Amino acid sequence: MKTLNLADTFKQVSSHRLNIGQLLKIYRVEAYYEWLKTVRNPSFSLPAILFPVVFYIFFGVLLNHGNAQAASYLLCTYGVFGVMGPALFSFGAGLAIERGQGWLDIKQASPMPAGAQIFARLWLAMSFSVLIVLSLSLVAVSLAGVSLSLLQWLSLIVIWVLGGIPFCLLGLSLGLVLKAQSAPAVINLVYLPLAFMSGLWMPITILPSFLQDFAQFLPPYHLAQLALKVVELDQGQALWQHVIVLLVYTFLFALLSLMAHRRRHD
Amino acid sequence: MLAQSTIQPLTEAGPVSSVVASVNNVHKAFKGKAALKAVNLDIMAGQVVAILGANGAGKTTLINILLGRLAFDQGEVSVFGQSPGSLAVKRQTGVMLQVANLPETLKIKEHIKLFQSYYPAAMDYQQVLNYAGLNGMQNRYSRKLSGGEKQRLLFALSICGNPKLLFLDEPSVGMDVEARHGLWQAIRDLKAQGTAIVLTTHYLPEAESLADQIVFLKQGKILKQGNSDEFKASVSNKLVRFCSPHFQPEFLALPAVVSVKQSGKYTCMQSNNVNNTLQALLSRFPQIEDLSVTGAGLEEAFLQLNHQITGDSDNKEASDENA
Repeated sequence: MKTLNLADTFKQVSSHRLNIGQLLKIYRVEAYYEWLKTVRNPSFSLPAILFPVVFYIFFGVLLNHGNAQAASYLLCTYGVFGVMGPALFSFGAGLAIERGQGWLDIKQASPMPAGAQIFARLWLAMSFSVLIVLSLSLVAVSLAGVSLSLLQWLSLIVIWVLGGIPFCLLGLSLGLVLKAQSAPAVINLVYLPLAFMSGLWMPITILPSFLQDFAQFLPPYHLAQLALKVVELDQGQALWQHVIVLLVYTFLFALLSLMAHRRRHD
Repeated sequence: MLAQSTIQPLTEAGPVSSVVASVNNVHKAFKGKAALKAVNLDIMAGQVVAILGANGAGKTTLINILLGRLAFDQGEVSVFGQSPGSLAVKRQTGVMLQVANLPETLKIKEHIKLFQSYYPAAMDYQQVLNYAGLNGMQNRYSRKLSGGEKQRLLFALSICGNPKLLFLDEPSVGMDVEARHGLWQAIRDLKAQGTAIVLTTHYLPEAESLADQIVFLKQGKILKQGNSDEFKASVSNKLVRFCSPHFQPEFLALPAVVSVKQSGKYTCMQSNNVNNTLQALLSRFPQIEDLSVTGAGLEEAFLQLNHQITGDSDNKEASDENA
């Protein structure tokens, strides 16, 4: 009798395991619907792409009067500005709103693996990053007279897209903490000053020296310097310095997210 | 063989296979304030358990503990013989919680397909639509759904994994009569197939019509447990209903009156001694019309139960539905 029960229990549990194919399918389907859900939301998708592109056309093309070097410089920094947007807003505001609605509770009570949700949003942020930097590059080549080698283009795209990860994690921790109503405003208050003070809108050298010193503590500054290294317009610091600062922030934001997640279940 | 059977725990002697989840002497406190006290509950396959109680009675806490979303301080909880909240348990469980809104830019069809993908043996798509009454609405965006339609979609998401255990937190809120009866029928069908269902509701006719077992929580304690007939049998209160131009406070002063409710031009009072109440009522207010006296339902049972246990039967309550 007892052994029979154990066998039954075992059978019941094992029949509710997923094989690796089914598991991958969950990740794929989750990412697909996350994409669909977001693309259909014009208040997210339009500003995410138009903001950096319009800014770049304004500062890198119209006000720049054909200076190719300045146009390359601003392409690198507006690329960073561009990838920060979807990272902060999809993870931050998107998550805060769904959390506030109680929708996140439904997802968490379902057997969706927690990783699938993170993966889907990461995938979304990166796909948008690719769209944004491709649009920027198109403007740079066609209107601003920027010309780079294939290797430079590829390096830039890798730096931009992977460089979005720490901002995804920053967004994640904000999304788990902020109230739904105030999340978009707070995230703008983080995003825009951070971008300005890191020299993403206008070259860092134009900023007063105390702001230049302060920029050393800001992750977007270091990501922008990495991108600028590709076109040899950076401030001359060593590559490893930027990489280490970005890794430290990545770790820090991951830790913050984990703490915010734990706090929800106390 | 003999030695083995003597060491078997008692619980295995009975038909244990039908217990889907059990809560054993569970205590939970939030910052020193008790939310659940010594709660015991067995949830059986093919049964509907309705958990009732006022706001703050501990219903949500109990459900969250059963879902593994909340840790408890003391006691034991097992779901499918495992600790609650594991992925294997979630794959056999459906959950409908109260949600302010769903992601607005997905269609009904897409929401369902996404949730189906989470389960190894999902319910057939068409069957989900039938149960939830969403036929012909598949291509509508969740943004454009009414409150009741959203509830139907949430119900669809909760059943699309073919759950053996289903949690429904106030499922019929915002539904019109037809949708509500459709939901009730779906719940009965699922129950007939052996699904264990845990239901919370403030709408007592829902509990009365669906529940095999009613659990009444107050301040974290189970005050009474049983089927709805047992609840009603425990009530000696009667309902006195009449038409009168007078206001409630005057009626509250009548002997044996437990509560007074105003509903349109009708006044409805509960009395624990109809003879005394009627005598006083008719002598003091001879102009009342359309008088009727009926036995109490589940709602009155709860009111009376509440007063009895807390011992404050003098503490009469007045409410006005048409305020």
